[in-house]
Amino acid sequence: MNQNESCPLTTRQIIDEYFIENRTRILEVAAFLDRLGRSADQAARASDFRMQAFSRALEALAAPSTGKVSQIQLLFSDPTTDPKPRLDEKSASGAWNPVGAAVEVS
Amino acid sequence: MYYIEMHGHMVSRTTDDYRDMAMAGCVAVSEPAFWAGWDRSSAKGFEDYFRQLSEFEPKRASQFGIKHVTWLCLNPKEGEDRALAAEVLACIPNFLNRPNVVGIGEIGMNRVTRNEIATFNDHVQLALDHDQMILIHTPHLEDKLKGTRVTIEHLQTFSRIDPNRVLIDHGEEHTLGMILEAGYYAGVTLYPNTKVSVARAVDMIETFGAERITISSACDWGPSVPTAVPQLMLEMRRRGHSEALIRKVVFENPLEFLMQSGKFELPRLGIQLRSASAAD
Repeated sequence: MNQNESCPLTTRQIIDEYFIENRTRILEVAAFLDRLGRSADQAARASDFRMQAFSRALEALAAPSTGKVSQIQLLFSDPTTDPKPRLDEKSASGAWNPVGAAVEVS
Repeated sequence: MYYIEMHGHMVSRTTDDYRDMAMAGCVAVSEPAFWAGWDRSSAKGFEDYFRQLSEFEPKRASQFGIKHVTWLCLNPKEGEDRALAAEVLACIPNFLNRPNVVGIGEIGMNRVTRNEIATFNDHVQLALDHDQMILIHTPHLEDKLKGTRVTIEHLQTFSRIDPNRVLIDHGEEHTLGMILEAGYYAGVTLYPNTKVSVARAVDMIETFGAERITISSACDWGPSVPTAVPQLMLEMRRRGHSEALIRKVVFENPLEFLMQSGKFELPRLGIQLRSASAAD
């Protein structure tokens, strides 16, 4: 199928339909970042592996390219295929931690 | 429009949810065995759960004209415990002849550990030994890409697997392509925060096409929406997609998949065992 024309709506119609809700989403992200800036301990957020992935995702979002969702999904993903030797945590955290993976393998 | 809920954990939902789903057009629910939110302490607990799935839930669903079918397994969240897995797998064949049991699922991996992979492979072998269909969970968030890759890699080591009788669920933008290219059915899950929104699900249909794609809510004990599939139908109409395309995704694709079990029929709609004809 021709992916370039797979949505029946015109550009103007897509903007009319989806602009407000996506404007809201951008403000939610901005508010999240501002909230971090007001944190009680003022700890540096840049050292957190999740926020490092988050920053890379924001760069991908602003880049002039297509396929943004897949790109961002990959930025948050574990790129390896070797199984973990044992269960570390029951739940995923949302972003791959390369440091944790290195410790685990050793 | 009628629809089939391809993945709903109804043991966690109220009878009112069944009623709301029926009012929204749901005619059948497919319920895979899953994690209760805490680890069960013994295989006996699973036997009770399998009785609930194969005895109690079909009756509860039938009050609202909903056909209930189920899949049995030890869920990926508990797959690390190899001893428990062996006990649970040993009891599953006792339930496979029950009328609403359509296969083994949702099996798969959680954090992609060695033990989880071994338990997954044991489940696949069990399904092949008993000529069962398979429903596969793929891991969440950062583990999804790796888990989907490893799942497909291990499935391909089983020479007797028919990809058409396997559904790999919880596909997203970065995994849906590899699932479909390998010949499997692919599930997309409408679930707040950790999975896919209705808008993104429709984007994926527009990007990958509608062949062999099924949609579900995966409603369970967490924040989730049992009527998420009708919400997807509304989103597709919002964008101007045809009723035929909507029906294919929410009704015909899951119908075609489930009818391969030889146990799925919707007599009220004129759909009999192993017959592909359907009436809306």
